[in-house]
Amino acid sequence: MEQTERTSVGQPEQRIDAVEKAAGKVKFTDDYQAPGMLHAKLVTSTEAHAYLQSVETAAAWKVPGVRAIITGETFPFHIGPILADRPPLAYEKVRYIGEPVAIIVADSDYQAKQAASKVVVTYKKLPIVHNVQQAFEASAPVIHNDLGEYTKIIGNVYPVAGTNIASRIKIRKGDFGTAWKNCTETISETYSFNLSDHVALETRSARVEINPAGKVIVHACTQSPFTIKKVFNQFFNLDVGSVIVHIPMVGGAFGGKGTVQLEPLAYLASKAVGGRLVKLTLSREEDMTTAPCRIGFDATIKLGVDHNGKLLAGQYTFLIDSGAYSDQAAGITRAAALDCTGPYHIPNVWCDSYCMYTNHPFATSFRGYGHPELTFAVERTMDKLAKNLNMCPIELREINTILPGHTSPTQAVITKNNIGDAQKCIALAKERIAWEEGERLVGENGKVRAKGLSLFWKTSTTATNAQAGAILTFEADGKVNLNCAAIELGQGTKTVLGQIVAEKLKMKLEDIHVTMEVNTQSDPHQWRTVASSTTFLAGRAVYAAAENAIGQLKKTASTVLQCAEEDLEVGGGRVYLKPDPTFGVEIKELALGYKFPNGHSIGGQIVGVGKHIQRHLTPMDKNTGFGKPGPWWSVGVQAVEVEIDERDFTYKILKAVTVLDGGTIINPMTATQQMRGGMYMGLSYAAIEKFVFDHNEEVENNDLRQYGTLRYGEQPEQYTVDFIETPAADGPYGARGIGEYGVIGAPAALANSLSNALQVELNELPLVPEYLWKMKKERRQ
Amino acid sequence: MKLSNGKGKMVAPLLINGEIHDVIVRSADTLLPILREQLGLTGAKQACQNGDCGACTVLINNQPSHACLSLAIETVNQSITTIEGLSNSPMQEAFVNNWAIQCGYCTPGFIVNSHALVTNHPNADDNIIEEWLQSNICRCTGYEEIKMAVKSVLKTSSE
Amino acid sequence: MIAFDFEYYEATTLKEAKELYEKAQAMDKKVMYYNGGTEFITFARKGKAYAEVVINIKNIPDCNLLEVRDGTLLIGASVTLNAIVNAGFYPLLEDVVKRIADHTSRNKITIGGNLNSQLMYKEAILPLLLADAKLEIFGEEGIRYVPVQEVFNKKRTLKQGELLVTIQVATENLQLPSTFIKRTKMSKVGYPVVSAAAIIKEEQFRIAFSGVCASPFRSAAIEKILNASDLQIDQRIEKALREIPGKIVEDVNGSSAYRQFLLTQVMEDMYRGLEVGK
Repeated sequence: MEQTERTSVGQPEQRIDAVEKAAGKVKFTDDYQAPGMLHAKLVTSTEAHAYLQSVETAAAWKVPGVRAIITGETFPFHIGPILADRPPLAYEKVRYIGEPVAIIVADSDYQAKQAASKVVVTYKKLPIVHNVQQAFEASAPVIHNDLGEYTKIIGNVYPVAGTNIASRIKIRKGDFGTAWKNCTETISETYSFNLSDHVALETRSARVEINPAGKVIVHACTQSPFTIKKVFNQFFNLDVGSVIVHIPMVGGAFGGKGTVQLEPLAYLASKAVGGRLVKLTLSREEDMTTAPCRIGFDATIKLGVDHNGKLLAGQYTFLIDSGAYSDQAAGITRAAALDCTGPYHIPNVWCDSYCMYTNHPFATSFRGYGHPELTFAVERTMDKLAKNLNMCPIELREINTILPGHTSPTQAVITKNNIGDAQKCIALAKERIAWEEGERLVGENGKVRAKGLSLFWKTSTTATNAQAGAILTFEADGKVNLNCAAIELGQGTKTVLGQIVAEKLKMKLEDIHVTMEVNTQSDPHQWRTVASSTTFLAGRAVYAAAENAIGQLKKTASTVLQCAEEDLEVGGGRVYLKPDPTFGVEIKELALGYKFPNGHSIGGQIVGVGKHIQRHLTPMDKNTGFGKPGPWWSVGVQAVEVEIDERDFTYKILKAVTVLDGGTIINPMTATQQMRGGMYMGLSYAAIEKFVFDHNEEVENNDLRQYGTLRYGEQPEQYTVDFIETPAADGPYGARGIGEYGVIGAPAALANSLSNALQVELNELPLVPEYLWKMKKERRQ
Repeated sequence: MKLSNGKGKMVAPLLINGEIHDVIVRSADTLLPILREQLGLTGAKQACQNGDCGACTVLINNQPSHACLSLAIETVNQSITTIEGLSNSPMQEAFVNNWAIQCGYCTPGFIVNSHALVTNHPNADDNIIEEWLQSNICRCTGYEEIKMAVKSVLKTSSE
Repeated sequence: MIAFDFEYYEATTLKEAKELYEKAQAMDKKVMYYNGGTEFITFARKGKAYAEVVINIKNIPDCNLLEVRDGTLLIGASVTLNAIVNAGFYPLLEDVVKRIADHTSRNKITIGGNLNSQLMYKEAILPLLLADAKLEIFGEEGIRYVPVQEVFNKKRTLKQGELLVTIQVATENLQLPSTFIKRTKMSKVGYPVVSAAAIIKEEQFRIAFSGVCASPFRSAAIEKILNASDLQIDQRIEKALREIPGKIVEDVNGSSAYRQFLLTQVMEDMYRGLEVGK
């Protein structure tokens, strides 16, 4: 793509949604009211594993205003994005505390809630599966008796009937067994962390109505509107075109709004009341434990090196706590496997990645899609290996970095076009964290200052036919409307896409009107707004749409200006002759067709259309993992400096550093926002966030008071963000995805810094002072 | 007795953004759904209903308050200001200019609270800023830009 | 949202509050007094609190006093935590209440509400226990005055139908050397894993704890040990730990072993902060 001077791409253009958001005027899904709208409320399970013996609704029906009560018998089928294993409403059995058992529909929300409390559910308790280790044992209670019969919605999912294994993904590259024996130094480490939550500030909400003509109108805060259509088509037997999904701006998602849970329930609710408009909004407690959460993760990693410290062999065993249903955890199981090594060249790789059912709330995608977890395990192991080798941890990383010419664990060939420059990232991160000053220092205040670092990489495992489309229409004043189904979740995607259009048309960003809301009936199909893929996929689509519009503009202008199309250039709101830019015509004269002085008109309105589809991606081989799972790898380095009081184990995060090679950065400020926010999210996760379960596997900290996230003042005192911009050959203006990357290395970097500080190995999360105290105490004993 | 209400609903006059609005409340209604559902003042967000996140922050008699932690009925005779009533606050502009906004869901609550902070403490130091802003949760930004936004207004007010 | 309905009354005098209360009781209705209301609203939403009649006492002038009268600081039960901080009468109480919940909530939470909380923390009581505060309580028999430890210490609470009017602290106890330490799981905003307040009065160390046992406490036995000048500080602390009057709590915020570890440190820090025990 062209390398001329850019006016919008690469500029810190102000977010186009900021003013409206600051005014509090943006309407999110739950902000909508309508007279006559009914309210739905869920009745949820109070048992983690039990047969449903009866669901008695007589008392609930007596509450004034109740219009419908729906139970599992209404829709006794299984749905799911990868493996269809989950009835939207529990049917015959419940598998986690918080699982929807019934829906009440009433005139008002308090009536629905009153009625919900009056539904009497009788359970016959079953033995509970408490964790992935237990789930893996042959004697464990089986959570899904029909596992062998579930429908696979997409490929690369391998359930094992009669067990709690929802999927097993294998990677076999080289000859691990032989290589392991030839290693001069080996290490084996285990890691474990519990499930946790996204805590998007906006809780999930959906509204559905079915109009008399059979159109199903859905309003939702989702990352996957076209998946909602697909699910409704597959499971409710609805014509895909009669399902219309509207998405306003979304109040944070972080992967948690990528799966389809609430909308089918709202549909069943609307259907039960003759298609009337029904709203279903989750309370915070439901959003945390009824809606899907973040995976738990157990990992065992074995690494072996030769006498120079070069990695020869790596073995990775992941047990992913998917909770009661596999949902996106089955995809994470695969994603964690195919990037299992981290950004290191290892010729011999053996990975078994298991998606395990337990009786926990079910897990779905979370920003990073398993990578923060696997990176934690890999990068902690690298630090320990360096210690065993008496080597600088950065040097160990430097000599093993994956480079063009190497292959990934799935044997995809790494080229200079599909990977960022890890070594440049390392060099700059080292400088930013002042590594040379020392990894561990005791300050004048008696506190220890220590540093830790993490490399990371990730590819976007989109569907192999993932795609996006865009439409540009023109106003009479020559300004442009951009419509596409990329969803604004806070990541700034609409601004970035607007910049690509502005750049291509050589217009100002303010002259591009970007439709913030998405409507699946008028916007072209887009796979989903997940996997850091939107700048790439939708970016290519809007670029193509702009090119398409330019072609049309030139065509009409060539008649007006009596020249050939190739003589023309578009820019500054005009189409003009390249050799003589003063000779031209304004776009506003062409936008709705050109009218000659005599009234004759030509060309018609300009409608730019564009699209882009992933190419050359393949599924993975079942036995070896062989395949090309994603288009490129963004790589980066993160580092953290902490200051800890060794007496009471309280600590402050002084500095958090990200150096990312995300290809060309379209908007350096929104990109920086993403990195800072990502680091915060990764650090908060690592420092404090996890679900605490009681012995019945009920989440004890299911609200924001007890769950805890880092608050204002607890963020790093200083963030530094740098981008290495190695252009991606096929990205729009050379851009790759960056949305998830800020979060990936942060947990590992924090754990490495605290392990350095305290000189104990910290293999679990979260890193609360109590855990640090416990580890130090065990070490002393 | 100043005010009473049986189990039914009553019409309550609320003073919001300088105007009296008659709303219909159940005794058990908190202020938040009344603002949102009856008056369309949806800038205050419902994100925890537990006083934990600050997304519903409004001013009651010029002090920040969780709209989810007051019964609507007890705010009769109080002066309520929502984000919609702060359209001239320099804090809105500061949040825009300092990139302190991503998804925008926590933004109104943060701006209302920050506005009250600089009004009450035009020379607030870091401790006071932290004390006040710990009432609000943001999941997108990592707080750095919010810090810059608030400080930018403090600076102008002290000049 | 609170699913159930209740009758709501705003009382303007103590007498009126009592009449409303008694009337509801006579009709066999579940009745409660309402002050800041933060706990009632959140608990009622979660189904952990219920009432058919709610009597708001926040507009009763007696409950809103905040002044020094005849050598006594009067703090009305309806005074918010932030109002206490802003008044500047009582530094230790300010230190303590400044760490309860979050700043915005403290514009709503009242000191009476904190003392009447169903939760185990009630941290506002710590300075009051140390200062031998008196409570003015209004009930069936009219006004009575009781030492604070007789009402809110351990599991005891107000009797049914009683309401707290004021907290009374002798001014001589307001400005004593004092310290407060609160340790949380991680974030500054949060329930205490251990919190403790201490003062020096007549060269004696007084200390009260929250977050440790099922309710806040001040223990004569512990204070006796901590003031035993014949022992080294670490010996005193070790002995004092054995006198904790109840099981040390184990919950989502911390294990009981960790609480014990923090207790030791907190006591060490208190000696250091108050510069006593040398």
